[in-house]
Amino acid sequence: MSTVELVPVTVAPGGFAHEVRAASVVWKRDLLRFWTDRGRLISSFMQPLLFLFVLGKGLGAALGSGRGGTDYSTFIFPGTLATGVMFTAVFSAISVVWDRELGFLREMLVAPVSRVSIIIGKCFGGASVATLQGTVLLALAGLVHVPYDPLLLLGMFGLLFLTSFAITAFGLLIAIRAETIQTVMPRTQLLLAPLMFLSGALFPTGGSLPMWLRIAVRVNPMSYAVDAMRSVTFHYLPDHGRGAGFATGLTWWGWPVPPWLDVIVVFTSGVVLLSVTCWLFTRDE
Amino acid sequence: MAQRASDAPVISATGLHRSFGDIKAVRGIDIEVAAGECFGFLGPNGAGKSTTIKMLCTLLRPTAGSAQVAGHDVVTERDEVRRHIGLVFQETTLDDYLTARQNLLFHADIYGLARSAATPRIAALLEMVGLADRRDHQVLTFSGGMKRRLEIARGLLHSPRVLFLDEPTIGLDPESRAGLWRYVDALREQEHITVFLTTHYMDEAERCDRIAIVNKGVIGALDSPAALKASVGHDRVTVHSEDDTALAGQVRERYGVEVIDEAESFVVLTPDGERFVPKLFEFGVPVLSVKVSRPSLDDVFLKFAGSRMAEADEGPAASKRLRVMAMMGGQRR
Repeated sequence: MSTVELVPVTVAPGGFAHEVRAASVVWKRDLLRFWTDRGRLISSFMQPLLFLFVLGKGLGAALGSGRGGTDYSTFIFPGTLATGVMFTAVFSAISVVWDRELGFLREMLVAPVSRVSIIIGKCFGGASVATLQGTVLLALAGLVHVPYDPLLLLGMFGLLFLTSFAITAFGLLIAIRAETIQTVMPRTQLLLAPLMFLSGALFPTGGSLPMWLRIAVRVNPMSYAVDAMRSVTFHYLPDHGRGAGFATGLTWWGWPVPPWLDVIVVFTSGVVLLSVTCWLFTRDE
Repeated sequence: MAQRASDAPVISATGLHRSFGDIKAVRGIDIEVAAGECFGFLGPNGAGKSTTIKMLCTLLRPTAGSAQVAGHDVVTERDEVRRHIGLVFQETTLDDYLTARQNLLFHADIYGLARSAATPRIAALLEMVGLADRRDHQVLTFSGGMKRRLEIARGLLHSPRVLFLDEPTIGLDPESRAGLWRYVDALREQEHITVFLTTHYMDEAERCDRIAIVNKGVIGALDSPAALKASVGHDRVTVHSEDDTALAGQVRERYGVEVIDEAESFVVLTPDGERFVPKLFEFGVPVLSVKVSRPSLDDVFLKFAGSRMAEADEGPAASKRLRVMAMMGGQRR
């Protein structure tokens, strides 16, 4: 065996800068993992593409296109992005259960950092991974007649990150106390499907819906993410997409919910979910 | 590094208790471990070893009692303790999808080591544990022994004063085990660290300066291996006969010696084993085989823990990992 000289090092005395560094390395690891896991990278695009081109074009052909070229696939474009990042974000968040089962979580837990930093790193990791995926989908806008306006793209990018952040927080809340992946998977499936179907991603949320469905859609925070993305997208369509008759946005007792309020609802949901997750995770520390 | 008063213990625990509901896993443990010592913590499964280690590592709060590690309280100065301890658990805690170097870099970052100091230290540690040429390979391509060596390197990356090794060689072949200990010894010598070890291997227990044997949440014996063996003080006469139960009972009754029943034999503990052998033939029960042996650590373990060391563990960790791997079909999300 070779003799190598070891020089002792000193562990950081703690403090805010150290916590930020800890959160950022947890975040970086999630990105690195996503990048090395090509299978997941590719399969995460499958569902949104099916929605957009199979359901969008298929159902669109049946519904017929409105004036101004706003057809069904254009209508569901924002909702498809929102639900696409939703699935990616939740599955990224759930990786914390794999970390627990396979031991790596312990490596993080015994480090001299707060568990809140670990959660924040994980949340930004999931949010970044999902936003990346959403951005790639965003590049397909032209195929469903959405113009490549820089402001539209910028607005959508911001909304995708915000949505991914809130949904990752939701996923972490489901996953953080779970011991095994078996307990989490059914729970996730059970929650994700209603969140998607009740978000108005696939149908207009206006007048003709039955009352119970109108209420369910308005209670679902995902609806506000979809509504915000749709407002931004439709703003840049010719005639603001009104020609299609799809364009009715989310309303509260007839009052149209403005995009800024959508953003506040989504952001607040994310912060509340993340806070509860942190509370659960640090409770028995 | 600031040198503390050399005779101050690096680990000290007083009246450590931990209950889980009604179950009292640890029921009053007192330990003092001196700087530079290699301290063995032995006991059968469920004796409270892991619970004690978790409390010393700040992963679990004691129900009662207190402990200081590297001069800091494990409850009130948790982060300070964490800065000064390195951990290698039974289960691997590496990220299989990262390379060896990426795993170490993660550790350097989360412990807040200066990059300029961490980079050469990572290179040196990889060199010392013989993984320098594999540093950019994903950990999932590593053998069990290589993973353990990487974990030891990682446990020592932040220059801890105490290294906790919780069954570090479980599941490794003898050659990997021997190799691992060579590395640990070399590293210990360079960095003057204290080692707190749990193991089920007798040869590993023999390496320790002192050993504590835990059973049912309390320490049954604590001394150097030599002193412990001397304290057992008796030779072991292992007897197999046509009727072990009857013979064991009669021997116990007539000579008042300690007799331990085993699966296919019984063991008589007596100061002079050879001289005791003829007495076994006085009872008319046909004796099939007799073996006389000097006390070993295993006997010490048997006396204080009521079972043999090797019997005491197969580790739930191994089977859990297998189950996880099978469930994933070898693939990970």
